[in-house]
Amino acid sequence: MTRENVILKVDNLTKQFGGVIAVNEVSFDVKKGEIFAVIGPNGAGKTTLFNMITGVLPSTSGQVVFENHKLTGKKPYQIAKIGVTRTFQNLEVFSNMTVIENVMTGAHLTMKTNLFTAGLRLPMVVKEERKTMEKAMECLERVGIAHLAYKMSPTLPYGSQRLLEIARAAASNPKLILLDEPMAGLNSEESRQLIEVILKMREDGLTFVFVEHDMETVMSMSDRIVVMDNGVKIGEGTPEEVYQNPKIVAAYLGDEEEDTVYA
Amino acid sequence: MEKKDLKKIYHNSPAGPIIFTVLLFLMPVFISSNYIFTIFIMIGFYALVCNGMTMLTGFAGQISLGQATFYGIGAYSSAIVTGTYGLSPWIGMIAGMILGALIALIVGIPTFRLKGHYLALATLGFGIIVYTSFKEMKDLTGGSNGFFGIPTINLFGFEFNNDLRYFYLVWVFVMIGLIFSRNIIHSRIGRALRSIEGSEVASDAVGVNIMNYKLQAFMLSAMFASLSGSLLAHYVTFINPELFGAMTSIYFLLMVIIGGSSSIWGSIVGAATYVLLGEILKQLVPMFLPSAGGEFEIMFFGILLVVTLIYMPNGLYPQFEKLFSKFKKKKEKVQPPLQVGGDRVASGGENQ
Ligand SMILES: Nc1ncnc2c1ncn2[C@@H]1O[C@H](COP(=O)(O)OP(=O)(O)OP(=O)(O)O)[C@@H](O)[C@H]1O
Ligand SMILES: [Mg+2]
Repeated sequence: MTRENVILKVDNLTKQFGGVIAVNEVSFDVKKGEIFAVIGPNGAGKTTLFNMITGVLPSTSGQVVFENHKLTGKKPYQIAKIGVTRTFQNLEVFSNMTVIENVMTGAHLTMKTNLFTAGLRLPMVVKEERKTMEKAMECLERVGIAHLAYKMSPTLPYGSQRLLEIARAAASNPKLILLDEPMAGLNSEESRQLIEVILKMREDGLTFVFVEHDMETVMSMSDRIVVMDNGVKIGEGTPEEVYQNPKIVAAYLGDEEEDTVYA
Repeated sequence: MEKKDLKKIYHNSPAGPIIFTVLLFLMPVFISSNYIFTIFIMIGFYALVCNGMTMLTGFAGQISLGQATFYGIGAYSSAIVTGTYGLSPWIGMIAGMILGALIALIVGIPTFRLKGHYLALATLGFGIIVYTSFKEMKDLTGGSNGFFGIPTINLFGFEFNNDLRYFYLVWVFVMIGLIFSRNIIHSRIGRALRSIEGSEVASDAVGVNIMNYKLQAFMLSAMFASLSGSLLAHYVTFINPELFGAMTSIYFLLMVIIGGSSSIWGSIVGAATYVLLGEILKQLVPMFLPSAGGEFEIMFFGILLVVTLIYMPNGLYPQFEKLFSKFKKKKEKVQPPLQVGGDRVASGGENQ
């Protein structure tokens, strides 16, 4: 593969919390259209890594480049504008809204309405609202929860709220979505459905980076994997390569039973 | 595919607002008491201020203790533009709104950079500065003696020079303000504002520039307050700094909380509650406690605020709404079904 294919470049990224180095000089490249997994035991620094890529946390050193934009130092909303959005390990749905409003809020960046055009409710505003609603509905249909569109989001079961977060992320027309443990709390039917959704969205040109503890999902879905332990990248490769790397197996997959029973 | 109807999301029937407006605008046909008009005019002034505050507090989650300042900026802008320079009241009104928005921008930018509830502190401090300026800039404002001789408003030669006419003028503004706010709430902007309360990190992750939206809500609230102040100035034709002190700001916040900040209709309920109870107190208190002064009012509303927060944390308006939907359900048995629900989007603590 050529260099032009690289869409996300993480370069020596480091995060220090006081004495704890949560992420220690981690580097990797993600290629366009890839489904890229980040795995590692609890506390390995996966969420911290995501937080730095998406601008939630400032990094101590190193940098992140997406396409030709430097993400380091930017705020999350600016990074979203560039085309990178995410879901959260601990659910972050807008609990004061209905399901469809959540997804319509996800489409914020695709809309143009401002305070004054909204206040005057110009015809273009109504048109845009209709279009956005339609689009939000499509996103919900894709993840299979369109029938819940008009429910208040906190009334949804846990698994559906996860799907809602993915629909919301997709509504912003991103190029890259970071999913922090998307399968946690989903039943096997929902997981299967979600894998299908992700594979389909990839066909439409999206790139995914995801954190996951469920090895079966990771092995079946990802093109490449980065393995982290204690803030350090300890390996990288295709699922087969990772499984065959004795260092990785010893450090991480070996204790799989102890470490990842309940992530 | 089924038709995507926006009414499914924001299913407010216009029935309630229309009935309210018709009754209100027909009121003078049945009651022609200047006293009643005056009361409704005051409610209108306060409702306008509270409407803007509801957008700021109920939807963007920010608390301002300086709305009386913007109310004052509107009033003095109008007074100076019309009284000193003899220009049209409409110019004064627009000048006041622009000035109010600019000042909100200047106060808001550094404040919203900080996380947490610094707006309350910043606006309180800023309010004291402006209040002092109203007092000290004697050449411009007339100082503590006040500004006299503000002309009345006219529109194409029609003078709004009596209580009945002013009643209509003010309430047309209140209604336009309510529609404007409602439109904002039911749009991209309203969702962006509410998403901040729903989850700040997620809001940020989908691309909402949180600081910018808090700022916009604050500027909007300043414009509403300023507009109301302009209307006040042309009604009373005499203003002084005391009308725009910190106490007035506190009363505005109190109205918003008592009325209920999760719906813009709460602004009318809060303003009406404050004005009507205030009038009743003025009549009753001297009968029982002849020596009591204005402090009694402060105490009374303070207690009312605490009681409201304990028993109705979302304010009075949701109670009205419940009553209204009960009434409607009864009617529905006879009539074909109607969509139920006021102009309310689920927000804040409604769903715990
Ligand atoms: N805000 C913070 N302040 C201090 N330490 C933190 C902070 N956030 C994370 N850490 C620490 O950084 C390390 C990595 O945490 P992180 O949440 O990134 O791990 P993770 O790989 O996502 O784990 P899990 O699988 O449990 O989600 C942990 O030791 C954690 O305690
Ligand atoms: Mg994590």
